[in-house]
Amino acid sequence: MPLTSADFAAIGLTLQLATLTTVLLLLIGTPIAWWLARTRSWWKGPVSAVVTLPLVLPPTVIGFYLLVTMGPHGPIGQLTQSLGLGTLPFSFAGLVVGSIIYSMPFVVQPLQNAFAAIGERPLEVAATLRASPWDSFFTVVLPLAKPGFITAAVLGFAHTIGEFGVVLMIGGNIPGKTSVVSVQIFNHVEAMEYAQAHWLAGGMLLFSFLILLALHLKGRMQPVRV
Amino acid sequence: MLHPLRHILFTLGLSLSLIASVQAEQVQVAVAANFSAPIPAIAEGFEQATGHTLVAAYGATGQFYAQIKNGAPFEVFLAADDSTPARLESEGESVIGSRFTYAIGALALWSPQAGYVDAQGAVLKANQFQHLAIANPKTAPYGLAATQVLAKLGLSQAVAPKLVEGQNIAQTIQFVASGNAELGFVALSQVYKDGRLTNGSAWRVPAELHEPIRQDALILKKGQNNPAAKALLDYLRSEPAATVIRAYGYQL
Repeated sequence: MPLTSADFAAIGLTLQLATLTTVLLLLIGTPIAWWLARTRSWWKGPVSAVVTLPLVLPPTVIGFYLLVTMGPHGPIGQLTQSLGLGTLPFSFAGLVVGSIIYSMPFVVQPLQNAFAAIGERPLEVAATLRASPWDSFFTVVLPLAKPGFITAAVLGFAHTIGEFGVVLMIGGNIPGKTSVVSVQIFNHVEAMEYAQAHWLAGGMLLFSFLILLALHLKGRMQPVRV
Repeated sequence: MLHPLRHILFTLGLSLSLIASVQAEQVQVAVAANFSAPIPAIAEGFEQATGHTLVAAYGATGQFYAQIKNGAPFEVFLAADDSTPARLESEGESVIGSRFTYAIGALALWSPQAGYVDAQGAVLKANQFQHLAIANPKTAPYGLAATQVLAKLGLSQAVAPKLVEGQNIAQTIQFVASGNAELGFVALSQVYKDGRLTNGSAWRVPAELHEPIRQDALILKKGQNNPAAKALLDYLRSEPAATVIRAYGYQL
């Protein structure tokens, strides 16, 4: 295998980024999805649109605005600097922030669908049995929404693994810190190192196929719960 | 169905445009990112002198290589180096004998902040900055030249933890222009116009601190029958083109 240590570092970094992003997104995305699934507020439309934006925006747009807003003259950059954190571009933390925004719809939408499918009834029943809202969320909603959580986690993880444009714009290609697999592939292609490009790109292709296949099989085998 | 009269007019218009296109051709050019600034002026002069038009795509040289090898419709290639065109030539992708050096690139250490970079580059030794942007030295000739400069100044070790890499020279200047990196090694042509610095502060890196950045042009196989491709390479060697190229800080 012609992969170099820089390639393996990129693979490790990518897995780390995708794992952390997925965990954080499940924590952030669950309340958003829950609210979106149940609210009748006027704000539902705008919030929904904002969450879905990364689906339609090119990553260059997200990357460009992140570079500008997280930079020393941007609002986020001024905030992080005043907190003593420095600026986010060219750092792993910056990539995590970018990935959270970039992969948000892939986590929120399956969760929202799962919550919406549960409906009011189970919660009403739980309430008549004197379950508190928190209690019924953890003992009724979470188990019922489990397939939604699995789909959300898998899609969020896979989508972050495949992230390219955002990292390219704000990463700075620092080995072990911001140099992820997709950028590494781009580097190999530009440097005309096609053997390494093939190993990494082929691996990515296989990985993505297997993930989607697993989701598909799981969806088919799982009996519909009533 | 078209109305008969309209049909006649349409056919007439089509044949007229075909006649016109016999004389005035269009040439598809792949242009290295560092040379994007002079191209509009060159395109204008070229069009006035020959009647042909130039359609430019900007990008990284290595990326263009991959695209050309895989059938991209480029007819002329203005690369950022001389090794990629030489390789294309040896692989039979170009018109033999068309390759020549159209510009020799100059490197600048630049910051958008006035007075930040001194005229001798001492700011590098002071090492007070957080991030120094360079183009990827593996894929971009200006990035390679930047690492040679750092090595020659004995600063490679000292600045290594502060380096951030742009994929090409266009992205490198973006890192600096947005303020995320305080300074960076860019192509002089990006911050230089009509013989002077457009904004910020810069150190024009002496040419002896790095290998010459010879930028070669050549006609690709797709352009071998296009008279505009040949005309463009001839025009690039002309005095009006040379004046533009020098005005952006390149040498010839």
